[in-house]
Parts: sequence; C-alpha cells; structure tokens
Amino acid sequence: MALLTLSSPHAHGPNATSRIMLTVALATLPGLAVMTWFFGPGTLINVILAGLTAVVCEALVLKARKYPVGFFLKDNTALVTGVLLGLALPPLAPWWITVIATAFAIIFAKQIYGGMGNNPFNPAMIGYALVLVSFPVQMTTNWAVSFQMSGSEVAGLTDTLRAIFAGSADVADVYTGATPLDDYKHLISKETSDELLTRATFNGWLNGGWEWMNLAFLAGGVFLMLKRIITWHIPVSMLAALTLCSLVFGWDHDLYTPTWLHLFSGATMLGAFFIATDPVSASTTPKGKLIYGAGIGILLFVIRTWGAYPDAVAFAVLLMNFAAPFIDAYTQPRTYGHSKARRGLKTGK
Amino acid sequence: MSSILIAVIVLAALALLFGALLGFAAVRFKVDGNPIVDQINDLLPQTQCGQCGYPGCKPYAEAIADGDKINKCPPGGESTIDALADLLGVEPEPLDAEHGAEKAVPTVAYIREDECIGCTKCIQACPVDAILGAAKQMHTVITDECTGCDLCVEPCPVDCIDMIPVATDRSNWYWEAPTAGVELIATDRRPATAGGHA
Amino acid sequence: MTHLIQLHEFDGGIHPPENKHQSTGRAIRTAPLPDELVLPLHQHIGAPSRPVVSAGDSVLKGQVIAEPHGFVSAPLHAPTSGVVAAIEDRQVPHASGMSELCIVITPDGKDEWQPHQSLCAELGVDDCDDISAADLVRRIRECGIAGMGGAGFPTSVKLSVGDNRIDTLILNGAECEPYITADDMLMRERARDIVRGAQILLQITAAERCLIGVEDNKPEAIAALEDALLALHEEHHIDVVTIPTKYPSGGEKQLIQILTGREVPSGGIPAHIGIVCQNVGTAAAIADAVDIGRPLISRITTVTGDAVSDKGNWDVLLGTPVSHLLAVSGYQPQKRERVIMGGPMMGFALPTTALPVVKTTNCLLAPTEKELPTNKPSMACIRCGLCAQACPAELLPQQLYWFSKAEEFDKAEQHNIFDCIECGACSYVCPSEIPLVQYYRFAKGAIREEQAAQEKAEQARERFEARIARQEREQAEKEAKRKARAAAAEAAQKAKKAAPAAATDAPAKTAATSSPELEKLQKQLDGAQAALTKTKEKLEAAKADPAMAEKVPVFEAALTKTQDKIKTLAKDIAAAKKAAKAAPAAADDKGDPNSPERLKKKWEMAQGRLDTAIKRLEQAEAEGSDKVEALRDGLEKQKVRVEEARQAWEAATIGQPAANAAAQGTPEPANDDLKRKILAQKDRVDKARERLSMAQAEGLDTVEALTTALSKQQDKLKQLEQQADAAGEV
Ligand code: SF4
Ligand code: SF4
Ligand code: SF4
Repeated sequence: MALLTLSSPHAHGPNATSRIMLTVALATLPGLAVMTWFFGPGTLINVILAGLTAVVCEALVLKARKYPVGFFLKDNTALVTGVLLGLALPPLAPWWITVIATAFAIIFAKQIYGGMGNNPFNPAMIGYALVLVSFPVQMTTNWAVSFQMSGSEVAGLTDTLRAIFAGSADVADVYTGATPLDDYKHLISKETSDELLTRATFNGWLNGGWEWMNLAFLAGGVFLMLKRIITWHIPVSMLAALTLCSLVFGWDHDLYTPTWLHLFSGATMLGAFFIATDPVSASTTPKGKLIYGAGIGILLFVIRTWGAYPDAVAFAVLLMNFAAPFIDAYTQPRTYGHSKARRGLKTGK
Repeated sequence: MSSILIAVIVLAALALLFGALLGFAAVRFKVDGNPIVDQINDLLPQTQCGQCGYPGCKPYAEAIADGDKINKCPPGGESTIDALADLLGVEPEPLDAEHGAEKAVPTVAYIREDECIGCTKCIQACPVDAILGAAKQMHTVITDECTGCDLCVEPCPVDCIDMIPVATDRSNWYWEAPTAGVELIATDRRPATAGGHA
Repeated sequence: MTHLIQLHEFDGGIHPPENKHQSTGRAIRTAPLPDELVLPLHQHIGAPSRPVVSAGDSVLKGQVIAEPHGFVSAPLHAPTSGVVAAIEDRQVPHASGMSELCIVITPDGKDEWQPHQSLCAELGVDDCDDISAADLVRRIRECGIAGMGGAGFPTSVKLSVGDNRIDTLILNGAECEPYITADDMLMRERARDIVRGAQILLQITAAERCLIGVEDNKPEAIAALEDALLALHEEHHIDVVTIPTKYPSGGEKQLIQILTGREVPSGGIPAHIGIVCQNVGTAAAIADAVDIGRPLISRITTVTGDAVSDKGNWDVLLGTPVSHLLAVSGYQPQKRERVIMGGPMMGFALPTTALPVVKTTNCLLAPTEKELPTNKPSMACIRCGLCAQACPAELLPQQLYWFSKAEEFDKAEQHNIFDCIECGACSYVCPSEIPLVQYYRFAKGAIREEQAAQEKAEQARERFEARIARQEREQAEKEAKRKARAAAAEAAQKAKKAAPAAATDAPAKTAATSSPELEKLQKQLDGAQAALTKTKEKLEAAKADPAMAEKVPVFEAALTKTQDKIKTLAKDIAAAKKAAKAAPAAADDKGDPNSPERLKKKWEMAQGRLDTAIKRLEQAEAEGSDKVEALRDGLEKQKVRVEEARQAWEAATIGQPAANAAAQGTPEPANDDLKRKILAQKDRVDKARERLSMAQAEGLDTVEALTTALSKQQDKLKQLEQQADAAGEV
C-alpha cells in the first residue's frame, strides 16, 4: 500500500497567516477606541465600511479569477487593508471616498498584481493616495475635532452618519477642523510657537486627542512586536530618523514643527507600526529594514516640512516601496560559511 | 544678454559633464564579450546531430550569426530558442517542425553487442567519437560521451543500435517542485504523493 | 568535566515540541530476527559497493558480502548467518522510492559469527595505543562504518583529512530533531563505548581535545558520559559540553559553530578549519570495530509516533524490514498513513513499509494525522521574514523560494541556495505553510542537472572539434601520401625515359598509370611558384603604398605559407624520386591489408591505444571519477584487441612466404575469407531468425525492427554467396 510521501519537514509550527493578519487587525483596536472616544464614531464607521468593502471586492475578484473564494478570504489580508484604510481616512469623510479608496486598493493595488503577496506597493496606501490626490478638499477638511478642542460635544452617531452618508455640510462645518500638523505648518509663519500652542487645536500636551491616539497605536505596535509579528527594525529606524531630522532641522520651533508634534500627531505611529511594517511591500532583510524605515522617516519629515501636504505617511511609504527590492538585493545577510555578504543581483562570478 | 550667455555656458558645462560621465561609464562598465558566434555556440546543446541542416552546432552558430533562423535545433528545443532569442534580442519562435521534434527524454545510444558486426560505420557517423571499436570487432558506446544525436542508428547495417532513455538513478533524481497551493484547492486535491523529477 | 568552554550561538533556529520522552521510557531492546534481511548496496554516500557473494552462498555473521567500490564507498557485512537468497533490485529507502541492487539474506537462525578479533590481536602488538592511524582507518573502512547520524558518509573517508591539521574532535550527541532518542539511549547505555571511540578517534586525528556536544534536554546521557569519563582513570582531553536545546544544533555546521565559534567555509569541510565531527553512534561503532572486530551490522533505531503503541529504541540488524519493526512495536495503520524514516524535520516519508533499515536509519516515526498534521494547502508568501529569522544558515528563504518557484535559478544560486542545509526550520515557521524545503530541493536538483548538461555539452563540443581537427589532419596525411606515391611513379617514369631499353613491362605499367599524378604534382609546384611571385609583387606594392600598410603582415604571412608549400612539394618530389629508385615491387605490399607490416602497425596502434586507456584509467582513479568502471571495461576490451592484433601479426609473419606464393597463384585466400564470412553471416541470420520468432511469440513491439534486420542479414548473405560464386568461377 502506498503511503503518503511528502517532503520534509513533516512538522509545522503554530504560525498561520490568517492568525497573523487577524492579530494585526486586533492590535489596531486601542487606537480605534481612542479615536472613537476623541473624534466621534466616524472612524469606527469608516473602518467597518472599508473592511466590508475590502472583503466584498476581494471576493468578487477572486470569483472572477476563478480562485477558491473561501480559502483566500480566510487569510484576512483584505480585512487588514480595509481596517488600516478606515483608520487612515478622515473620520467624517463621505462614504464614497472610503469605498473608492478601498475598492481601488483591493482591486488595483492588490489583485491586479496577482493577489496576496505579490503587490509591490502597500494597497491601503495606494488607495489613500488616490483619494488624497483626487479629492483634496474632502480629504483635508473632514478631520473631526476632538471635544477638548472644540470645547463642545463630539459629533454624535446620527450627526456622523448624516455627515458621512448624506454629506450634510452643516454637520461637517461644526465638527471638523484642520489637524494640528496642518495648523502648525500654516500658521507658524504668522505666530510664534508659544502663541500657536495656546490655540484650541493643540491645547497643550496630551489634551488634544492626537497624542492619545498615537500612544494607543504605539501600544498596539509594541504588542505586535511582543507577539513577534513585526520586528523592531522598521518602526524604530523610522521614528529615529524622523526624530533626528526634526531635531536637526526643526530645532527652531518658531519656524518648524517641533519633534513631539511630529511623533505624536498625524498618522505617525499608525504608519510606523502598522503601515510601514506591511511585510509584503517592505524590505525583508534586517539591514534592509533599517534602511527602509529610515527612508520613510526622512521622507516623512521632508514632505511634512517642505511639501504641499501636512501629513505624508502614504507618500513616504509608497516611495520606499519602490526602493524595497533594490534595498533587499544590496543588504543580503552574510550567509554561514561565507566571508562576506553578497551584494546586488548580478549573477556573474 | 548676459543671462543668455550664462544659460549657454551652463548648458555647455552640463553637456560636457554628462558626456564625460557617459564616456566614463561606457569604459568602466564595458562588457567585453566573446564573439557572438561563440556566445551562440555556448547556448546550443552541442548534440552535434545535424538536424538543423548544418554539420554540427558550431556551423549552425555561425549561420545564426549570419542571420539564419534560431528555431532549427530540435535537441535544444524551446529553452534554447528562448535563450537565443534573449541573446540576440529577437522574438522567440516555435521550433521549426521541419527539422524534427524535441525529444521528450534524453537518450543515449546502446549497441546490442552480440549483433554488432564490427563494420565501423557507426564510428564514422559519431560526431563526438563516442563509439569504441575496431574493424570486425564488437563496438560499444561510451555512454558518458554520447550526446544522443541518433546519427549512428541509420548507418548500422544490422540495426543493432538502439536509442535508450537515460536512466534516472539516485545521482540524477531530484524532487519536483511542489504544486502551488492554489492549484491544489482549485482541483480539490491534496498532495497525495510528492513525485520526483527525472 | 570542565564546562569552561565558551559556547557560541548560531543564528536562527527553532524550538519545536521535543516529543522525546515517549521513547526513552524503556531500555534498548534487541529486535527479533526477521524472516529476511534486505541489504541495499548503497547505504552510504558515494559509490555503491560490489557484491562478493552470489545467490545460494552461505554466509556467516559479520562476513563481507560486498566490497567497497572506489575510495568513497563502504563494504557491507552479513548481519547474521544464513543463505544469500538473491541479489536483485529491490525498492530502497530513499526519497525517490527507487529500486536498487540489494543482497537478500535468509537467516538460518543460528546467528553464527565468523571469527573476528581486535585490531591489537590481529596486528600482534602489545600496546594498543601504538597502532598507527593508517591501520585504524583501514579497520574502520573494512568494518563498513558510515556516519550514523543520518547522512551516511563513509567514516574512513571523513577521517582521511589530508594535509589539514586537526585540533578539535567533536562528537555530535546533540540529537536536536524531535522524537529521535537513539543517540540519547546509546549515550545512556553505552557511554563507555562512546568514550572509547573518542579515544580511538583522537589517536587517529591527533587532535588536542575532544568535545562531546549534548543538548541540555538529555541530563541522563550527560551524566552517563561523565561517569564513563571518570572511570577512565587516566589523563584525557575529552569534555562533555552541555549546549542549549535548539533545533538544528545537531547540524554538523551548527554544532561546530556552537562549540568553537568557527564556521565551515561554504563548499568546504570541517577539516579545513581543523575539526573532525563524528556522531556518537559512529564513535561507538568504531570502538566495536577496533576492539572486537565487529563490523557495522546493526544499529539503534527509535520507533515512535502515536501510530505505534510500544514506543522505544531497538537494536536492529541492518536489512530488517521496516514492517517487521513496526509490527513488533504494535503499529496501527492510520488514515493518511505515513511512516517517516528519520525525524519530523529532516526525515523522509517512506513510500511503503517493505523497506529495510539501513546504516542511517536513526528513527522510524509513524505519526497520526492529529499528532503531525499533513500540510494544509500553502498560501502565498507574505514576506513576513519569519523564515529568515529561523534560518540557521542566515539565508533569505523567502527570496530563495521566490527564485526557485519562478525557476530563476541563477538568482537562487546568487542567494547561496547551496548553503541551505535543508533543515526545514523555515518551513516550520512559515505561516503560509509553504513547502519551502521542497522548492529548494527542486531548485538544487535542477541547477545540478543544468550544470551536468552544460558540462556534457562542453565535453561534446571539445570532442567534436577534436574530431574535426583529426579528420582534417587525416585528410592532409592522405593527400601527402598520395602525392608521395605519384612522385614515386613519376620518378620511375623518368628512370624509364633515361634508360628506355632497360625498361621492363611492370614498372612501365605503374608509371603509366601514375604519371598523370606526377604531372599534377609538378603543376601544383608551378602554381605555387606563380602564386609566390604574385604575392611578392603584392607585398612590394603594399609596402610602397601607405594605405595598404596594414595588409603587409597578411601578405607576409601568405608569402611564408606559399614558400613552405613549395618546400614541401619539392621535398615530396625529391622523396618520390628516391623511392622510385628503390625496387617498386615493395609497393605491392601496401595493397594487401594482411601484410605483416600492416598487421604489425595495427598491433602497435592497438598497443598505443591500450597505453592511453591505461593512462586515462589511472587518472580517473586518481580523481575518483565515476567513469572508472567504464574505462576499466574499455581497457579489458582493448587488451583483448591488442592480443588479437599481435597474434594476427605473428601468424602473418610465419605464414607469409607461403601466403605470398599462394596469392600469386590462385584466388583461394579471398575465397577462404568469403567462405568464412558466409558461415558467420549464416550464423547471424539464424540468430536474427531466432530472435524474431521469440519476439513474435511474446508479441513484442520489436517484431518489425527484427524483421527488417533479418531481411537485411539475408540480403547480405545472398550477396556474399554471389560473390563467392563469382570468385569460384574465375
Ligand atoms: S540541431 Fe543538432 S547539430 Fe544543429 S545545433 Fe542543434 S544539436 Fe547542434
Ligand atoms: S515565512 Fe513563509 S510567508 Fe513568511 S516570508 Fe518566509 S516564506 Fe514567506
Ligand atoms: S531549510 Fe535551508 S533555508 Fe530553510 S532554514 Fe534550513 S538552511 Fe535555512
């Protein structure tokens, strides 16, 4: 009787892609909770909407590609893309922006390249960049302000739903405002740093909601590191590069955004721990990860400081995605028994 | 006036700079390859079977260099055509059936030695001198040298030469690539047995 | 004893569940004798051994039944007394599931040893420490010892370290693979033998120290080894080193790194860095071989997995069928039945249980599906990098996977795929359950195949070019000879002209037939001279005209060539003239293929070929090439040929005068020859007929080919007969 003959190893560890992806999604929960607390239910609705759209789009494409739908949906990668996108979009962004961004991310940025594992760019960030470039107004003005900032209530569920699905301008006007990064960048030329920081947008350290949100994502990221799902390389090198740049160039707070604002405002921590670390499109060698992370940090600072956009995680990540394969080729580790590491992709002797 | 002058000077300087750079790159990264005929010949399988219509691989390589089609070598088959197309920067074409079909498995000649009459005809036919023997002596094939070109089969007056497939043994067996997960599920098969590769 | 050895860590590694306790509960048991022992001739790395017994022979326990063939090879011994039942192809335990030659022995149950003794006794020395390393290695080789950790490299070869100075001997008792406890139990129960083996190995390698590396999950084994060392009562340099448990610390390269911090260079062997590494089981086998002369005929094998009820270690005779061992262990076949030879990380699944235990079988693992689930369908690689973190060779498995899958083998090679030790750590951690190792095996195989094909093509090209060169040379030689003959004829004609009265009929005839050739030769000479003048003119012109300056060397070369040609032609003519003066009758011999001169030449040529063949064989042997066999066969054949040629020549010299006379008188020799040919041909026809009828009877598809062959043979026979008739009439 013929027995099963499979190649070794015959044992397999407990790791599973679907579980890893689910853990990533779960690790965003503290951040999501903080965002909901400070900015209203907008983000929560976005996340649900984006998650749903992502899963539906993925299923449709898989069906069209004649792939087993259930098997691939179970890997949870579409869900993660949707969740991250939902977190990144402005809380009161109209629903169609979320849907367009997510659909584009799944269909074009992921599946067209061959589906999971084959996309050279981070799908969530492609979707984000698309809507940011196409609908700049909606994307920059729909940031909800936290209750501490507005001094009033945070947008309620009905108001939020009206703003997102009916596009009610009145709601948006009441509850939205510029982000701290945006404000600082545009107002610093008119006021001194001290004056600026008394404004409602900033309202002092740990008072605006932004810091809490970033700390929550940091906590989620540390959790992922402890679970060994991500390594320290990319977040640490990215934050270190960002800090260094802002210390070197931005020491004069009357001219440039201060370091703490860089680190704890905008999408910095979400980017560092959840977006830049997307393994598929990032660098994979240890040294490469350091370079990759540092590149994102530097680009982030450059675009935030001198570019047209107040935040730039998406662009910084996408630009480094371009470079990832090249970085990998030049940062191969030294293999056991070799006196030095190989470089590049040349196949000659 | 002066601004135009400055522009011209700057452009000229830039042109010089880039020209120098390009020149340097051309010298520094020059690929000094061997002549094209040798490169082509290196890609041909060296079976020396003459199926391409030339008396051996080298002559065919020369012919290709002179513009002949690249799809006339059956032993090389598709992979050789692709490699040639790559080298020469042309579109790969399907194998020209006129010259024969690609063999499914590599073969070697085997002389049924008790039938051999020692006519030496096969020795004369063998392009790589892989057959041993003298007149009226039994002949035998040095399997390691035989390219499987079939050329000795035809001249044998007593038809005692067979082309037999190269046997797979432990030394040339290897695992075949796993079936990708997608295909497995698509066909609802689980990997019952993982086969080997000859 | 001392544990002051600085341990180093290797990168990566994993901690799979150990699952060792199941099989360490009971002492090693001796497996009952099976009905039949199947001994593959290829149980080690290298060339298969050659049987020295034949079916029907009675053998005693420990008797050599197959000799090593070549340097990297090992002999095989009868594991028990009995009768050789057959020597035939049987399926062997190899991942390919192929069949290879095996010696099958039916035990007689007496288990009767052939006489054997310690090496000391054999050599007759008093102090066993005086035995030379060479003698020890020879004994190890004679006893057929091959690495018992899993790879099966002949130990004697591993101990032949050439010019490398060895400073450290490492005994590998790490046994890092889950489930396997064969070495663990061996260390517990036979620690003394292991220590003795270490001493012998130290004697052979002249190493300064010996380190026995054992993972810290085997405290009993460590204690046993230390007791054995204490019991030595003499100074020694053997240390038991406890190393942290981590897979694959038992990999040779990894263990070396842990214990010494040195890395075996890529493509190199441990001896290059002054280290010899042996498995503890091998050490014990060496002790047996040297001290009692017991060849490697049994080994310790773990039988474990939830599909067997009685898990434990067995002392098994080599050749024992797996099914037998499983049966005595209470094996219950499962759904999705698997039996793995080796451990769960690096072992291979057997295609059937009818395979024998061999020298490298350290474990038989029969897991249930629940215990070791078969891989789920793999998902896409998410480039999570977990594999790279686990890889002990510091490779980038995800990249290797990508390249192997896309068959971009050059890139895979560039990413050092050949440094992969196939440990399986990457597959183990891969969340997408990709069978990474299988991809690497495939890629490695394909790359090797490609390399072999390329080498072969290169060889073919060289041989083809050599042949073309040879043909050209022969052509040239023929041409020269022809010219010489023509010249001779012309000279003869001249001689005739000089003395027309003296001219006899015979030379006139030859001269008449060959004079046109002579003329041709002369004409060639004239032509060459004309060409020479022309070239000279051109050269002058070129020298004068600066525009043509670059052509000067070309013309000069052409000039020298032409001059050379003229010289050779002149020489030819001169030689021909000289030859013509000699008696032209001698030339007649040339026509006869059986003339003594020719035969002698043939003999000499054959002798020459024989010499080259011998040389080639020697070279091949020195290189340990696998062509040796073919060459040896060729050599034998060539020897026969030389002998025949020599005899033919002798016969010809003796019988020549008579034959000559006969040749002039009657056409009989030709007739004789024909007759012989006809007889042979008749024989052949009969043979062909026989074969055809056989094929017809069996309905083989060769019938058609055979029919053609037969008719060809018959045609040939007819032809010969006609010739004979014609000859008879003349
Ligand atoms: S067809 Fe035969 S001779 Fe021609 S290139 Fe191919 S292998 Fe060489
Ligand atoms: S562990 Fe598997 S999924 Fe992760 S990078 Fe390696 S091969 Fe890809
Ligand atoms: S199998 Fe090869 S690539 Fe995978 S972990 Fe082991 S050495 Fe590294």
